Amino acid sequence: MIPVLLIVIPLVSGLLAFLIKQEKSVKVWSLLTSIITMVVAILGITVLHKPEYLQTDVAWLPSLGSRFSLSMDGMSKMLCLLTGIAYPGILIATWNATYKNAHQFFALMLLMQTGLMGVFVASDALLFYFFWELALIPAYFLCSIWGGEKRVAVTFKFFIYTFVGSLLMLVGIIWVYFHTPDHSFAMSSFYKMNLPGNQQGWLFWLFFLAFAIKMPLWPLHTWQPDTYEQSPTAVTMVLSGIMVKMGVFGILRWLAPVVPVGLWGYGDPAASMCVIGMIYASIVAMQQDDLKRFVAYSSIAHMGLMGLAIFVTSSIGIQGVMIQMFSHGINIIGMWIVVELIERQFHTRKMSELGGLAQKAPSLAIMLVVVSLANVALPLTNAFIGEFMMFNGVFGSKASNYHYIFMVVGGISIILSAVYTLNMIQKVLFGNTSSLTANAHDIKINEKFVLAVLLIGIVIMGVYPKPMIEATRHAVDAIYSKMFVKLP
Amino acid sequence: MNAIVISAVLGVVMMFCGVFTDSKSAVRTVAIIGLLGLVIANVLDMGGYHFFNVNVKGMFSFDIFGLLFNTIAFASTWVYFLLSGRDMERVGVNLAEYFALIFFVLCGIAIVSSFSSLLMLFLGIEIISIPLYILTGSDKRNLKSNEAALKYFLMGSFSTGIMLMGITLIYGVKGSFNIDVIRMGTTSLTPMLAAGLLLLLFSMSFKVSAAPFHFWTPDAYDGSPTVFTSFMATIVKVAGFIAFIRLFEGCFGEVHKQWQLLVSIIAAATLFIGNITAVFQQSVKRMLSYSSIAQAGFMMFALVAMNDMAKEGMIFYAAAYSLATIGIFAVLLKMKDYTFEGFNGLAKRQPVLAATNTIFLLSLAGIPATAGFWAKFYMLSAAISNGNVMWLVIVGVLCAAISVYYYFRVIQAMYFKEGEAEPQEMETSTGFKGLLIAIAVLVIILGIFPHWLLDQLQNFFYL
Repeated sequence: MIPVLLIVIPLVSGLLAFLIKQEKSVKVWSLLTSIITMVVAILGITVLHKPEYLQTDVAWLPSLGSRFSLSMDGMSKMLCLLTGIAYPGILIATWNATYKNAHQFFALMLLMQTGLMGVFVASDALLFYFFWELALIPAYFLCSIWGGEKRVAVTFKFFIYTFVGSLLMLVGIIWVYFHTPDHSFAMSSFYKMNLPGNQQGWLFWLFFLAFAIKMPLWPLHTWQPDTYEQSPTAVTMVLSGIMVKMGVFGILRWLAPVVPVGLWGYGDPAASMCVIGMIYASIVAMQQDDLKRFVAYSSIAHMGLMGLAIFVTSSIGIQGVMIQMFSHGINIIGMWIVVELIERQFHTRKMSELGGLAQKAPSLAIMLVVVSLANVALPLTNAFIGEFMMFNGVFGSKASNYHYIFMVVGGISIILSAVYTLNMIQKVLFGNTSSLTANAHDIKINEKFVLAVLLIGIVIMGVYPKPMIEATRHAVDAIYSKMFVKLP
Repeated sequence: MNAIVISAVLGVVMMFCGVFTDSKSAVRTVAIIGLLGLVIANVLDMGGYHFFNVNVKGMFSFDIFGLLFNTIAFASTWVYFLLSGRDMERVGVNLAEYFALIFFVLCGIAIVSSFSSLLMLFLGIEIISIPLYILTGSDKRNLKSNEAALKYFLMGSFSTGIMLMGITLIYGVKGSFNIDVIRMGTTSLTPMLAAGLLLLLFSMSFKVSAAPFHFWTPDAYDGSPTVFTSFMATIVKVAGFIAFIRLFEGCFGEVHKQWQLLVSIIAAATLFIGNITAVFQQSVKRMLSYSSIAQAGFMMFALVAMNDMAKEGMIFYAAAYSLATIGIFAVLLKMKDYTFEGFNGLAKRQPVLAATNTIFLLSLAGIPATAGFWAKFYMLSAAISNGNVMWLVIVGVLCAAISVYYYFRVIQAMYFKEGEAEPQEMETSTGFKGLLIAIAVLVIILGIFPHWLLDQLQNFFYL
C-alpha cells in the first residue's frame, strides 16, 4: 500500500500539474502534494511497518514472468524517506525562482519523483528498469528546457551516457532472466541464482557500467560537472541529492546479491576506479572557481568512497554506505541551496568575485560553514558516521588483498576534501568584500527555515545515528549474507 | 483467404470509383470504409469465419501468425489512410488509382504472409513490388521521383531475378515448391541447396533493405512522394520481414545453425550502417529512411534467433514500428521544410503535433513505457535466449544508443530551439490532432501493457 502511494501520488499530481496554468497555484499544488508524499514516506517508516503495508504484488505481464511487485526493506525506506523529505525542501528553498511555463516544470519534477520512488521500491527487475528509465526522461526535458546556455548539448551527453549504461544493464537483466529456473524477473528468483563464475564476471560489467555511469565513477563521470552546472538548481538538487543514489542503490540491490562471484572477482579493478576517482576529483575540485562545478567534483569524490566501501566489502562498510547515502543527499542539497542563494543575490558563482560575506550575511555564512563541514565529515555531523564506518569497513575487509592501500589512498582524499572545502569557505566568506558583495543582504525567512531544518537534521544524525542504523541493519545483513553464501 | 480475395476486389472497385465520381472525398471515404471492411473480414477469418472455400492445393496455409500479421498491417494501413489520405491529393490527380494500387499491395501482403509454396512467395513479392514502382514515380513531373522509381524498378527487378534463380536451384534439388517438402530431410546443406539459400537470402535482404543490399532505400524513399514513403517504409517493409521469416523458418529451419552466423553478420552490418549514416543526415525524411534501415537491423534479430519469442516479437515490432513511423510521417507531411531546422520551435506553434511526435520518436528509440521498448525488448530477449549471438546483442544495444542521437535531434529542434515567427507548417484539422493523440495513447498503452491487444483478440475468439 505504502509503496503504491509513493508512486501514485507524485504521478497523479504531476499529470494534474500540467493543467494548472498559474505559476503561483502550481507551486502551491506541487508543494502540498510533495508534503503528502513525505508524510506517507514517514508513516511507512514509523507507524505502518507491518509487512502487508509495505508490499504490493499485482499481475502485470504474466507471459513474461514479470509482476508489478513493490516492497520496501530498510534501504528502500531510507531512500524513499530521503526523496520524500528532499522534495518539499527543494521546492521551498527555490520558492522565489521563476520559470517560464512553470506548470510544465513542476509537472516534470513530480514525474521525476515518480520514477525515483519506483526505482527504490521495485522488487521486479523489469519494473526496476522501467522506473530507472522513467526517472531519466523528465530529467532530460527539465535540464534541456530550463538549463543554462549550453544546456542542450550537455544534457544530451548526459542522456546518451546513461542510456548506453541502461541498455547494457537491460541485456544483463534479460540474460539472468533466462537462466532463472522459473523464468521470472522477480527479485527473489534473481537472488536464488547461482551462475557459473565466468558468466558472473561479464554480467558484473554489464550491470556495473550502468550504475557506475549513474553514480558517477571515474572515468565515466564526464557528463556530471557539465550537467550540474547547466541544470536549473532545483533539478541539480534532485540529480545530485537523489538520482546519483540510484547508482549506489542499484549496486547494492541488483548487482552485489545477484552476481557476488563477479563482484569478488572484479572488486579490485572497480575499487581502483573509485579510489582514482576520489583523488582525481579532489584535485580537480581544488582548481575550480565556479561553485557549482566545485560541488559537482566534490560529489564525485564522495560517491567514489561509497563505491570503494561496497567493492572492498565488509558488513560495517555497507552499513556506512547506507547511512552515507542519506547523509550525502541531505548535505549536498544543503550545499546547493547555499550556492543557489549566493547566485541569486550576486548573479555569479565565481569564488574569485565573492568574498567577505561573513560580515554582510551572517546567517548565510553559518549555514555555508556547517554544510561544508558536514561535507568534510567532521565529527558531530552526519557524514562523519557514514565515512567512519566505510573506512573502518575498508580497513578490516577480507575481500581484497589491497585493502590497506585502498584505505590509505582513500584517506588522502579526505585530507584533500578538507583543503578544498576550507579554501572555498575562505574565498567566499572571508577576506575583503568585492564590488558585488558590498551591499549584500541576508537570507529570507523561508530559506532560513529550510536550512535550519537541514542543519538540525545534520547534527542530530551526527550525534545519535542509532535509529538510522537500526532501520537499515536488516537490509545490510540480508545483502551481506547473500554476498557470502554463494562464495565457492 | 478472405483478405486476399477482398483486397483484390477492393482494388478493382477503387479503380472504377475514379471513373464514376470526381469527388475526392467520396473516393477517400470509399477507400477508408473498404479497408475497414477488409480488417473486419480478416479478423473474422482468424475467428474461423471463412467466406471463401477455395481449394488452394497446398499453395497457402492460413495460420494464426500470418493472419495476425495481416490484421496489424491492414489496421496500420487504415490508420495511415485516416491520417494521410488527404495528403495523397497533393501528389497528383489520380487519387482513386493510388488507393487502388495500395489495395493491390495489401493483396500481395496477404499472400506473402501465408504462402506455403515458393511460387506464391514469388507472386506475392511481385504483387507488392509492381504497384510500389508506380507509386514511387507517381509525382511524375518531379525529376527526383522519376529517378527514384527507375532506380527502384531496376534494382527491384534484378533482385527478383535473383530470387527466381534461388527458387529454381532449390526446386532442382528437392523437386517441389512446397516449403514443407523442402524442409523435410534437409539436415545438411548440399552445395546446390546452399547456393539457392544464399540467392534467396540476398534477394530477401534486398526487399527488406538489409545491408549491404540497402543502397536503393534512401534514394527511393527520399525521391518518392512523402505520403507513399510512409507506406513503403512501414507496412511494406515489415511485410517483407514476415515473408523472410516464413521462408527461412519454413524451408531452412532445420539447418538454422548453418546460416545463423551469416544472418547475424547481415543484421550487425544493417544496424551499423543504418544508424551511423542516419546520424549525418540533414533532412528528416532521409533520416527516417536510414532509420528504417536501422530498424530493419533489429527486425533481423527475429531471423537470427528463430524461436517463438522472436516470432511473437516480430508481430509486436511490426505494430510498434508501423504506428510510430506512420505518425511521424503524418506530422512530417504537414511541414514545408523537411530539414531538422524546419522543426524548430514547433512545440510553441503546434503543441499537440510536437507532443505526439515526441512520443512516436521515443517509441522508435525504444524508451520504456512506449510500444517501441517492448519491440526491442522482445528482439533482444529472443537473441539472448538463443545464446549464440551475444556479440550481436551488444552491437544492437550500442546501435540503439546511437539511434537516440538522431531521433532526439528532432525533439531538440521542436522543444529547445527558437523557430521563425511565421508558421512553417500547414494548417491541421482538429480531427487530425485527435487521431494523433489517439495513436500516441495507443503507443503508451501498448508500452505499459504490451499484451493488452493480443489478449483482447484472444479473449474475443477463444473464450
